Amino acid sequence: MQFQLDAKIPSGPLDRKWSKHKFDLKLVNPANKRKYTVIVVGSGLAGAAAAASLGELGYNVRCFCYQDSPRRAHSVAAQGGINAAKNYRNDGDSVWRLFYDTIKGGDFRARESNVYRLAELSVNIIDQCVAQGVPFAREYGGLLANRSFGGAQVSRTFYARGQTGQQLLLGAYSALSRQIAQKTVSMHTATEMLDVLVVDGRARGIVVRDLRTGRISTHLGDAVVLCTGGYSNVFFLSTNAKGCNVTATWRAYRRGAGFANPCFTQIHPTCIPSSGEHQSKLTLMSESLRNDGRIWVPKQAGDKRHPSDIPESERDYYLERRYPSFGNLSPRDIASRAAKERCDAGFGVGPGGLGVYLDFADSIKRLGRKVIEERYGNLFEMYESITGEDPYTEPMRIYPAPHYTMGGLWVDYNLMTTIPGLFAAGEANFSDHGANRLGASALMQGLADGYFVVPYTIGDYLARSGPSGLGSDHAAVASLEREVGDRIKKLVSLNGNRTVDSIHRELGRLMWDKCGMSRNAAGLREALQKIPAIAERFWREVRVTGSGEELNQCVEKAGRLADFLEFAELMCIDALERNESCGGHFREEYQTPDGEALRNDNEYCYAAVWGLRGTEGGRLTHDLTKEPLTFENVHLAQRSYK
Amino acid sequence: MKLTLYVWRQKSAAQEGEFRRYDMQEVSPDSSFLEVLDLLNEQLILKGEEPIEFEHDCREGICGCCSMVINGRPHGPKKLHTTCQLHMRNFEDGATVYVEPWRAAAFPVVKDLVVDRSSFDRIIQSGGYISVNTGSAPEANSVPIGKEVIDTAMDAATCIGCGACVAACPNGSAALFTAAKISHLGLLAQGQPERYDRVLRMVDQMDKELFGSCTNHGECQEACPKGISIKYISMMNRDFIRATAARVMDPKGAMKAQ
Ligand SMILES: Cc1cc2nc3c(=O)[nH]c(=O)nc-3n(C[C@H](O)[C@H](O)[C@H](O)COP(=O)(O)OP(=O)(O)OC[C@H]3O[C@@H](n4cnc5c(N)ncnc54)[C@H](O)[C@@H]3O)c2cc1C
Ligand code: FES
Repeated sequence: MQFQLDAKIPSGPLDRKWSKHKFDLKLVNPANKRKYTVIVVGSGLAGAAAAASLGELGYNVRCFCYQDSPRRAHSVAAQGGINAAKNYRNDGDSVWRLFYDTIKGGDFRARESNVYRLAELSVNIIDQCVAQGVPFAREYGGLLANRSFGGAQVSRTFYARGQTGQQLLLGAYSALSRQIAQKTVSMHTATEMLDVLVVDGRARGIVVRDLRTGRISTHLGDAVVLCTGGYSNVFFLSTNAKGCNVTATWRAYRRGAGFANPCFTQIHPTCIPSSGEHQSKLTLMSESLRNDGRIWVPKQAGDKRHPSDIPESERDYYLERRYPSFGNLSPRDIASRAAKERCDAGFGVGPGGLGVYLDFADSIKRLGRKVIEERYGNLFEMYESITGEDPYTEPMRIYPAPHYTMGGLWVDYNLMTTIPGLFAAGEANFSDHGANRLGASALMQGLADGYFVVPYTIGDYLARSGPSGLGSDHAAVASLEREVGDRIKKLVSLNGNRTVDSIHRELGRLMWDKCGMSRNAAGLREALQKIPAIAERFWREVRVTGSGEELNQCVEKAGRLADFLEFAELMCIDALERNESCGGHFREEYQTPDGEALRNDNEYCYAAVWGLRGTEGGRLTHDLTKEPLTFENVHLAQRSYK
Repeated sequence: MKLTLYVWRQKSAAQEGEFRRYDMQEVSPDSSFLEVLDLLNEQLILKGEEPIEFEHDCREGICGCCSMVINGRPHGPKKLHTTCQLHMRNFEDGATVYVEPWRAAAFPVVKDLVVDRSSFDRIIQSGGYISVNTGSAPEANSVPIGKEVIDTAMDAATCIGCGACVAACPNGSAALFTAAKISHLGLLAQGQPERYDRVLRMVDQMDKELFGSCTNHGECQEACPKGISIKYISMMNRDFIRATAARVMDPKGAMKAQ
């Protein structure tokens, strides 16, 4: 499917686009709002914020999540912080600077207008959260504190200890709970969306499965917002929660929504390495550790000595060596690749040589153990409880891991997908981070989308299109429910001799090797050969126990993996098509002589928007439409952190 | 290492449950407790048996999904850890381990180790918020809040809503959970206008659910993976008494005791 893409970017100067646009948006009469039903899938920062705000406005909202409570969405796990251009530190921050840092951090592959709006709204987010009672860290004078994060030279990150995501989510969850009590929002927990109902080219509802009873039902609405998070679990091992999935966005893709830049994924440099076959997920160690930790590997390949027995002169502090001015605080994509490069060359440490040291010995000597304990105590404990090693006395071992996905459903300036009436917000859309996201910017984006963008733009859509008017007796409803039900039946009937997890691991390993931190054409072609074979094995060899009419996590997992298997191909196709390196997408063929990412602005300065063409020989085929990116306010430059 | 697991199996709320024995070989001491259940589940599936259902998501101690009583203790033997953060090196080789769901009248079993904790959500819905609509917030730094106040509020706000406190309490009380939210909001300047109304509504909702009453055993504090202190229960009780006294004085229920 090819698209006629119109990003609906408002005219006028960058800093006035959003206010002008807000004025141009049509409004729904307050008395009419409750006649409209808006479906919000997801209760993370984006979903909870959107559902609560739409409820406050008076819409009739239905909100869904797969966990047993909206408070458990994976936003809860974010540690480090949230950016905002408050300039409380008086260190020269501004909306413009946050905009610029985000565009540059994203390696010039995001839309200027959206990013500028994000930077503008960042200040309102902090106000809103503080009013809700979010206990951000404060100075002794009682005013809000800030910390620094990678990719910026100002201190603009707000935080609540190492639990910023939890506190922001609980703030949004409390606003949502208030609307649930006021009956403007009906909350459907432990409910998984399995399809979007599109009739006559407009999204009119969703089909869901109650995870406790297995019941399949349809919820009709006048607009649908997907806030279903990212797809890092395509790699099996990632820092995402076990239930994170691509199902919602992939089902939307299958119904005609464009999927943009699926190959843009972020690999976080500091995670605890896998300890063996039993590993089920990976744990992030906050980026903030790189403020005081020094990263190194032995100078001699395969050096098996205990780290404390390796003298200073035989250590390679490779980030400090390669990037003297940013050193250990180089951006994520660069730090991750440098670690991989050392490990691939045989210098890695720990099991399988897949690890590098993050060493606090110097800082402990300089600042004392107490200071380090105050700054990172909880992270050190987490590390010790997982690895059984004490990071105060021996260096941490860390390794990069899949963490965040910049790609997602294509949306216009109103956050509407290519399907009228279907919106996407938060990590589920592709909009703001280009080819690499800066730390502390995802929380900001989720809340900006949910609190401040979607509530306006949905009103405009509803005012222009009117109610959907589709009744539950429409033939399309029954037929889609049947389709979804048949799929569950098919999954339950799988009776082979392998588990879902074993196939997921196989897919994950392949994606990590061929479409992970660095990619090349031959490897991607190989992956495109192998994924269909894995998918075939899935449908032939997997065993699913139990029935579809009860709580059955085996069926849930199988359904999600089936979608990952289809999606993985598109990720590789996109990575193969983009013959350049940018941000997290590193194509080995395109690098500077000293190994840095080499962009090709003449040919690839666009968002790659994929649409489903159809099936050929049992395989899905896809079409590419390009949304050219124009930079009128920043100068396209080669990123340098040397 | 080897393990003998006795796991609570219960097909549905309506059916009776029982412990079933599973002998495990070759468990890595580096694996987490949930990874052992993953391994067991893979073995069960391949034998055509139904795997053990249990709640889990983040697997890093923050979402509050995981919820198991391990050898009689909610979240198992390691203090200040959730089940998902518990690693097998904390057990002896050859250990016998009993695994069962949260047991509380307000948390009915759904299946195996999964219970229904929606009563917690309803307590929050009854008043666990500050009424502020999107867009109406004043400038964030307009109200300074002392560092100690914010730290005390944050200590309460770290609650992950797992329910270990209820599972540990001989009465099945939700006092620690409810008090943590009441104190978090009640300590902050922003939370003052609704402070007394909030405590009345939340305590009332807590009583409507099937939670027992608090008789100061302190087991909740011991079991809390986030180390939330029972001092917050005293705070809640103080606010509750003031609010009730004021309600008595003003039959319409409007609170004036601020
Ligand atoms: C470990 C970790 C640490 C991080 N730290 C930071 C940080 O410090 N700063 C920062 O800015 N960002 C951070 N991030 C990124 C950030 O947390 C996420 O990008 C962001 O929270 C995503 O929010 P969301 O609302 O889009 O999605 P999520 O919070 O993932 O929510 C998704 C929601 O959708 C629901 N859902 C999903 N699929 C379905 C379905 N099929 N049917 C029904 N419901 C469904 C889920 O139940 C959930 O409610 C971190 C991420 C991780 C993994
Ligand atoms: S799985 Fe999230 S707290 Fe244990």
